[in-house]
Amino acid sequence: MKLNNFWLEFKKGIIVENPTFALVLGLCPTLAVSNTVQNALGMGIAATFVLLGSNMIISALRRFLPPAIRIPCYIVIIAAFVTMVELFMKAYLPALDKALGIFVPLIVVNCIVLGRAEAFANKNKVIDSIADALGIGAGFTLALIIIATIRESLGAGLGVLMMIMAPGALLTLGFLIGAVNWYRIIKKKRALELGCASCAKCKE
Amino acid sequence: MDVSKLVMIIISAVFVNNFILSRFLGLCPFIGVSKETKPAFSMGVAVTFVMTSASVITWIVYRYILQPNNITYLRTVSFILVIAVFVQLVEMVVRKTNPALFRALGIYLPLITTNCAVMGVALLNNEMFFEAGHPLAGSFILSLVQGLAAGAGFTLAILLMSGIRERFELMDMPEAMKGLPVTFITASLMSLAFLGFAGFKL
Repeated sequence: MKLNNFWLEFKKGIIVENPTFALVLGLCPTLAVSNTVQNALGMGIAATFVLLGSNMIISALRRFLPPAIRIPCYIVIIAAFVTMVELFMKAYLPALDKALGIFVPLIVVNCIVLGRAEAFANKNKVIDSIADALGIGAGFTLALIIIATIRESLGAGLGVLMMIMAPGALLTLGFLIGAVNWYRIIKKKRALELGCASCAKCKE
Repeated sequence: MDVSKLVMIIISAVFVNNFILSRFLGLCPFIGVSKETKPAFSMGVAVTFVMTSASVITWIVYRYILQPNNITYLRTVSFILVIAVFVQLVEMVVRKTNPALFRALGIYLPLITTNCAVMGVALLNNEMFFEAGHPLAGSFILSLVQGLAAGAGFTLAILLMSGIRERFELMDMPEAMKGLPVTFITASLMSLAFLGFAGFKL
């Protein structure tokens, strides 16, 4: 039962509430560091770590944080985890740190992290918050890797230089969100065409 | 300090390394508030003001609090807190002193705290104008100018985008591309145009 719940919270972040394609949050790092898959993976893991830490602590402290100043409290907690990531990267992964540049400290203003703190960790148990953080983190990482795969293979592989520069990021994201919208519209249309008769849910 | 360096920073921040179109900082307001020209301009002004002030304040905090006490690793925490407090303060002052301005800018001010352009300019100043923890000559003025120019670049991009998006309202386009996707693709084309400035030798 409990494991099932954990899985549900985890799964939701990857597809239904995918931070990039469904919620369209945290765009700046998504676009800026998706020029290579390596950078994308590094950023995804760093953000997931911050998300996990902040969700866990905020959820554990949710009864003690005064509501009036909860946002500054979240920011300090998030900033603490971001500083950890920063120092860790500087010490052990200097090349990645250089490639990601100011986008490592900028995780602190990533709306995904603050959004999960306010929308989820603030109201739910620690274990659910961990599942939520891992799911959203995985969804974010996955989205970054998808964008980076397209950009790197077209840009560095086929030599369409534009794709690994700034315009390519915007173009890729535009078409990907367009594709997601298109899929949703088709699905809706099909549901309307088939009507209620074919839908098992209505018969119950 | 020579004027040519200042001019270089201004042109670089407004055109070559435009904060939105080339550095990808501050995309949320750029996408969110660019549907109409008027609010877009208000947002641009608010962001420019906060970016300039944040550049100044974070320079002071870094130079006179973090450096002397050897606690520069607290950069991220202290910068975000200082920016958040400053935005709160501006909101309170504007509400008391100028209700008309508050109505125009009020709803955008809280959003600016988590705008990565503001935090981004503070961090960039810090990385560009402090070498190994020591301020370069005239780093205070350089920070101030970079904040102002980056804000101007932000305003330019959001204004251009809002002008284009106003036209989109009247256009016929595939259902799936309406809204966000076409905005991103337009931004991509604008970014491509701004890439032309990259060949600018200064």
